[in-house]
Amino acid sequence: MVLVVVLFYLGLVLTVGLLSHRLFRGTGEDYFLATRSIGSFVLLMSLFGTHMTAFSLLGASGEGYRTGIGVFALMASSSSLVVPVVFYFVGTRLWALGKRHGFITQVQYFRERWDSDGLGLVLFVVLVALVIPYLLIGVMGGGMTLNEITQGRVPEWAGSLIVCLVVLAYVTYGGLRGTAWANTFQTLVFMILGGAAFFWIVKQLGGLEAALARVADTSPELLVRGDKVRPLKLLTYMTIPLSVGMFPHIFMHWLTARRAESFKLPVAAYPLCVAVVWVPSVLLGVMGAADVPGLVGPQANGILVRLIHQHAPELLAGLLAAGVFAAIMSSLDSQTLSLGTMFTQDVVRHYGFHDRMSEREQVLVGRLFVIGILSVTYVLSLTASRSIFKLGIWSFTGFAGLFPIVLAALFWKRSTKHGVLASIASVVGLWLWFFFEAWSVPDYTLGGTGIIPAAVILVASAGTLIVVSLLTRPPGPPVLERFFPR
Amino acid sequence: MSSRTIRRLLYTALALAFLLHNDLWLWDDARSVAGLPVGLAYHVGFCLAVALLMGLLVRFAWPKDLRSRDR
Repeated sequence: MVLVVVLFYLGLVLTVGLLSHRLFRGTGEDYFLATRSIGSFVLLMSLFGTHMTAFSLLGASGEGYRTGIGVFALMASSSSLVVPVVFYFVGTRLWALGKRHGFITQVQYFRERWDSDGLGLVLFVVLVALVIPYLLIGVMGGGMTLNEITQGRVPEWAGSLIVCLVVLAYVTYGGLRGTAWANTFQTLVFMILGGAAFFWIVKQLGGLEAALARVADTSPELLVRGDKVRPLKLLTYMTIPLSVGMFPHIFMHWLTARRAESFKLPVAAYPLCVAVVWVPSVLLGVMGAADVPGLVGPQANGILVRLIHQHAPELLAGLLAAGVFAAIMSSLDSQTLSLGTMFTQDVVRHYGFHDRMSEREQVLVGRLFVIGILSVTYVLSLTASRSIFKLGIWSFTGFAGLFPIVLAALFWKRSTKHGVLASIASVVGLWLWFFFEAWSVPDYTLGGTGIIPAAVILVASAGTLIVVSLLTRPPGPPVLERFFPR
Repeated sequence: MSSRTIRRLLYTALALAFLLHNDLWLWDDARSVAGLPVGLAYHVGFCLAVALLMGLLVRFAWPKDLRSRDR
């Protein structure tokens, strides 16, 4: 039954993605950016679906199980403030610049903003390196979820293969429009199914009050923050959602907006979407601690699946699996397409064809890269260790550390390419240092104070950018007049 | 009230929201509000308040250069 529901759902996603091809205009801009024609609602759903991974369902309930209600303040309500603020101040301006100058990728913008091919190349390498673990997590997560929900009947390799093939079909065929349409459908699915699973399970547990009363009896520490979340961690964790300002896949979706006005709904409704997805996930994790005690380490991430098995009919288990797949694929498709776009535009078109490439060639190369990226990711997923999941937060940390670069590009005329290169070097250096320092230390914070590495890297990156920019020659008038017209 | 004053007020409210996110006063409070632990209920309310604030921001402080670009 579970498998039937999942396969039916995947068929629906495929249909939605493939239907979008009817509007395809055959140009590179249409394949990579849907000809900048996406309206408010689809923009909101595709941005939210791309940003929220399976972590917001499975990881959030696992963290709720381990840490308690504090995880909502730490990871969800911080995003509800920071992410729309970044959309408002950064996203809208990048959209305007992209439209004015015809940019398709981040690297194109940064390269021209500081008039430096070398800077573009360095950023390309760093951005790609930070997205790859994210892709692997998505592909492996799909396989593991299907394996758990079907109680081992579907092997992990098969689940991962199904995810890759479905994403491959609609991203290759439908490009960004197909991705945005499929994301909208999938985001609605995981929001609705997450809510449905919550109401069903809570009802089976005797209602919200009774379920929380049991937690108060068995694990009262989960209903307060206490020692599980330190105040400095709550404060510095606000830096993590800044990563949204440097994600290539979010940048790509920003550029698809039809008008600046299209950003208004995503800016205003994003906090509500966060609450709708995260409150049920965190509460189920907390209640699960009383209902299924004793899960340790990564086992806690399976709490939602266990609760479904114990309290819900098989149909709901199938629907939840579909919801998890929706969350995984709505991120995986955008990440794959953004990497394909970067390889096509920033490497093949810029270096191979010196920015002269026909529309058909761009679409063909873009499709080939999507196929190549997903194939390589799938093969890597067969051999990668499960510890790769710990890389997720490190990926966010790296992107957050790069955030001062986009701020300087937009708002600081005096910033220089040397300042930006030094800033990138400081991010890479500190990231590596913290990575080796903290990899085997659970919940690592700086000296045990609660300060997370992302906050330190962000401050160092901003400071380096400012100091080195002030010490080096500012960009020339042609560049400034182009990007800061009077 | 001029649009510049409204914009400044809304930006101040944003800065205030960053501070209010750190609800140290509810850290070890185990009371329930609206059926939820108060530490969770506060942050759900925080999300709703931020949605309202962002709604006001896009309604009353939408950047002029973006408006002209849409035209």
